[in-house]
Amino acid sequence: MKRLLLALLMSPLAVGSVSAAEFNAVLGDKSAVNFVSKQMGVPVEGKFKKFAAQISFDTNKPEKGRAQIEIELASIDAGNSDANDEAKGKAWFNIREFPTAKFVSGGIKSVGNGRYEAAGQMTIKGKTRDVVAPFNARLDGGNLVIDGAIPILRLQYGIGDGAWADTGTVADEVQVRFHFTLAATAKK
Amino acid sequence: MNTPTAYTRSAIVLHWLVALTILCAFPLGVYMHELPLSPNKLQLYSYHKWLGISALLLVAIRLGWRLGHRPPPLLPGMPRWQEIAAHAIHHSLYLLMLAVPLSGWLMSSALGFSVVWFGVIPLPDLIGKDKQLGELLKDVHATLNFTMLALVLVHAAAAIKHHLFERDGTLARMLPFIKQESKT
Ligand code: HEM
Ligand code: HEM
Repeated sequence: MKRLLLALLMSPLAVGSVSAAEFNAVLGDKSAVNFVSKQMGVPVEGKFKKFAAQISFDTNKPEKGRAQIEIELASIDAGNSDANDEAKGKAWFNIREFPTAKFVSGGIKSVGNGRYEAAGQMTIKGKTRDVVAPFNARLDGGNLVIDGAIPILRLQYGIGDGAWADTGTVADEVQVRFHFTLAATAKK
Repeated sequence: MNTPTAYTRSAIVLHWLVALTILCAFPLGVYMHELPLSPNKLQLYSYHKWLGISALLLVAIRLGWRLGHRPPPLLPGMPRWQEIAAHAIHHSLYLLMLAVPLSGWLMSSALGFSVVWFGVIPLPDLIGKDKQLGELLKDVHATLNFTMLALVLVHAAAAIKHHLFERDGTLARMLPFIKQESKT
């Protein structure tokens, strides 16, 4: 009972002291970028194995947060080797000309309950579009864990040209889901 | 239970419905998996899965029905080995018509491509995502399929042989509109 009381008293302090910090060191091995597309009405998951992310975020000052995520498109895993080859080709990402996709955000706002929205620009295949990526952030063992999604309409970027433009087979909407674990840096 | 002397209408309808779906799903499976990746291929894969799941449903109904209804005994006058072979093949076919679509469903689950039946009804994944297991199940699905094909060919050949050479009512009692005109 005593221990519980102590824990209860301490916990706001503990949370307060951690969240006062800015989190800006992305832990690569505890982060992931996945995507979900719909093929013939079936949600199919894939992932990008290589990406570089620079994120700084302080839950007390979300508006100061910024993020830059660069995805290496050649690292796509779309389920099988046929699909991977196809995705890298001209009709889809055309990675020879456009090897990376990039999301940049300099404006994050809190929408309450640990939920936020990062407004930014997504650039794929040389085309840049404004997007809003909703995400939530929670503390986990001294790190900040961010989970969210960037909604994309693939045809706006010309992803899946020609015969693939038929959205009855592969839907226009694709969710790029991110999961980042950020370590804190001490406040100066 | 009385021993029936003919296949009931339900038995006949179910036999041919199942045979029809399987005989459509099979060539579609062979054709589609050779195609290069294209929207058309994705569509055909879905149609194949919808057909296959329909077959599974029909087979489940058929098996449920069959457990409560004895089929008529084979026509008299057959050599013993033929009776044994006919029964063995019928039982193996029941097993395979269940195992073939189930292996397809398991494969799809393991490969991370769930089934949405007719694009409307999402089916649960039978097992978790496991690429290696999925690849293995691909081979299992193909092997079961070609085993089933071999048995169906023997089965159909036997039925036709009875019709043309023994001139008995074997085929006619499963396919009533072709009435065998001879003595039996
Ligand atoms: C009675 C039902 C079914 C029949 C007769 C059937 C038959 C076949 C055949 C002959 C093949 C080609 C195998 C090969 O040559 O390698 C095939 C492939 C395939 N079947 Fe089925 N199938 C049935 C049910 C299903 C079901 C229910 C599913 C999934 C829900 C399914 C999923 C697949 C898939 C994904 C392939 C392609 C595998 C690959 O990419 O190599 N099948 N099927
Ligand atoms: C996918 C295809 C097929 C499957 C899975 C299948 C399966 C079966 C099974 C399990 C039975 C036994 C029914 C019972 O007694 O419970 C049966 C009976 C029969 N099947 Fe098929 N069948 C197929 C196709 C065909 C075809 C193409 C023919 C004809 C050319 C045929 C002709 C018959 C006949 C005549 C019987 C009755 C045999 C008797 O009188 O005992 N079947 N079939």
